[in-house]
Amino acid sequence: MFSRREFLMAATATSALLGSGMAGSWSRLMAQQALSEDQLLQMDPKGQLTLIHITDIHAQLKPIYFREPSINLGIGDVAGKPPHVTGADFLKLYNIEPGSPDAYALTSEDYVALAQSYGKMGGMDRVATVIKRIRAERGADNVLLLDGGDTWQGSYTSNVTQGQDMVTVMNSLSPDAMTGHWEFTYGTDRVQELIDELPFAFLGSNIYDSEWDEPAFEAWKMFERGGAKVAVIGQAFPYTPIANPRWMIPGWSFGIREEDIAKHVGEAQDAGADLIVLLSHNGFDVDRKLASRVDGIDVILTGHTHDALPEPVIVNDTLVIASGSNGKFVSRLDLDIRDGKLAGYAYRLIPVFSDVITPDEDMATLIDEVRAPFESDLSRVLGKTESLLYRRGNFNGTFDDLICQALLEERDAEIALSPGFRWGTSLLPGQEITFEDLHNACAMTYPAAYRSAMTGQVLKDILEDVGDNLFNKDPYYQQGGDMVRVGGMGYTIDPDKDIGERISGMTLLATGEAIDPAREYVVAGWASVNEGTEGPPIWDVVENHITKNPVVKLSDNQSVTLAG
Amino acid sequence: MTFNRRQVFGLTAGAAAFLAVAPRISFAATEDTEAAIKAFTGGAEPVEGTITLDTPEIAENGNTVPVGVSVESPMTADNYVESVLILAEGNPSPAVATFHFTALSGAAEAKTRIRLAKTQNVIAVAKMNDGSTFIDRKEVKVTIGGCGG
Repeated sequence: MFSRREFLMAATATSALLGSGMAGSWSRLMAQQALSEDQLLQMDPKGQLTLIHITDIHAQLKPIYFREPSINLGIGDVAGKPPHVTGADFLKLYNIEPGSPDAYALTSEDYVALAQSYGKMGGMDRVATVIKRIRAERGADNVLLLDGGDTWQGSYTSNVTQGQDMVTVMNSLSPDAMTGHWEFTYGTDRVQELIDELPFAFLGSNIYDSEWDEPAFEAWKMFERGGAKVAVIGQAFPYTPIANPRWMIPGWSFGIREEDIAKHVGEAQDAGADLIVLLSHNGFDVDRKLASRVDGIDVILTGHTHDALPEPVIVNDTLVIASGSNGKFVSRLDLDIRDGKLAGYAYRLIPVFSDVITPDEDMATLIDEVRAPFESDLSRVLGKTESLLYRRGNFNGTFDDLICQALLEERDAEIALSPGFRWGTSLLPGQEITFEDLHNACAMTYPAAYRSAMTGQVLKDILEDVGDNLFNKDPYYQQGGDMVRVGGMGYTIDPDKDIGERISGMTLLATGEAIDPAREYVVAGWASVNEGTEGPPIWDVVENHITKNPVVKLSDNQSVTLAG
Repeated sequence: MTFNRRQVFGLTAGAAAFLAVAPRISFAATEDTEAAIKAFTGGAEPVEGTITLDTPEIAENGNTVPVGVSVESPMTADNYVESVLILAEGNPSPAVATFHFTALSGAAEAKTRIRLAKTQNVIAVAKMNDGSTFIDRKEVKVTIGGCGG
């Protein structure tokens, strides 16, 4: 582990420098001196088997900034429980020193100052170094590398190559299995084509042929590692055909299907499994509930909701591991298996500080190769931001404020809607906004920016519907995104209420008038799941807006009021 | 599935007969559903357990929602499931289908697809040959969709 004194020194030095307006290379040097690759990876090994988990990379090949949420409310039984703990409360819960590297990696506290000190995180070349070092330390035959999905989507290069860049890069890391979610937004044919390229299993216990109601994917696979038989069950995002366009994957049906997972656990036990792992894209709360209802799962490697937790959450003897997103973290879980049972574990959520961890040379070369054809586009500067741009948070994010502003102005609308995605990287004040940065916030296969008329009642119904996807008291009804972002309109939300009663006080910000349920409003939005949606791609809309307004400066968004 | 086509045809006809006697109102209230259950059970309050209704938590397509039902039973001549009633509480007409079984069915399982007008409870009630009745209900959400992820 790190020395706490070193953290404090770095933090003190940083704040002193910031106070004098001199944040920059010296403080970064200071921060880096206090950290080393060996320290970041150091852990007392345990047992004979190691699981490495990465998830929700969202096609981020290069180091990025990614601000964790400051608001991530838990509803009902999980209120105030991880991952629904943020900021200073998170630091307190896990006994993390404010200003420390872990505080920077895991929370939004003092984010800008710490980001300037500690630098970007992730980068698949750094991730490769971490994975290779773990394999070298533990012995490759004792390690399973598992990818939780949302790997192939989220960047310009992944979108134009339809996932090819990520498949090429991930294949070079030799994962043992993966599952998926946004992968499916490339459509049935392309998904099949890419899966055929994988030298490893794409598992999906809950993906069925929608016509014949029969399993469409390999559900689970047995591995022999560390002298143990390890069964890995794959669980794709259960609500892919609802949260994303169903028309792109008409032949596949999803769902939670916990009885299938229970069935596969039984099959794995019958086949002599010493350890049963669920490689899941359910989202944290869904997996927490599932662990409480399905016996016999030793480890759930969870994904989808982008939570990064430094310790496992233990439910019904199941270790639930949340490994963050965007390549910011690599999870290492050492397992001691004795007499066919899990006897002990050691866990480390390894933060991938890009200035501290040496890039793997082969991977760096491969990444450069896959990006080379697009490099001149990627680096093109569109403007500059004076505000911190980020997306994560239950109700709004500044990057979405920018997108909504662009929709209102470029599409001449009264109200803008932008989906509450949890992917999308952050930009610090003072940074240039490149073409790549913009696409990191909106690269996807159904980008049409629609413009249509909606009544006040329809707008209310949409907010209620999305609010229930986020705040339903039963996690099995949650879809794992955040609240739809709204431009031009304010509202009040009481998350603890039921559907139909959460939203009130809808106001057209331009006039201050209450939204009239019967009146039609001109609404601009993007990422509709409906087939045949028309409009320019969202990235063109936002690029035009930034070109006309090249210095982005956003005021604090106070249009959503939390009640209850 | 243990039906042959002729049996399925028979079941469909049974359901149609049931529908014909269902009250014609535009939107069903809980009372209509309760009344339909009472009519099916002969007034008895069905007990939870023994019957399992399998539905998605959230419908991918409200126009065709897969619904499965299975009842624990040895299905012998003196201990078998006679029939299973499926109701969709929030549909304009809650009665969906009645599946009839005999000991020769081998197992009391059935699957079908139903249309759900909105978020609502789907209910399945089983009647055994001894007259005892069992119930299971699941909420199926029908969403506008499109902003997750």
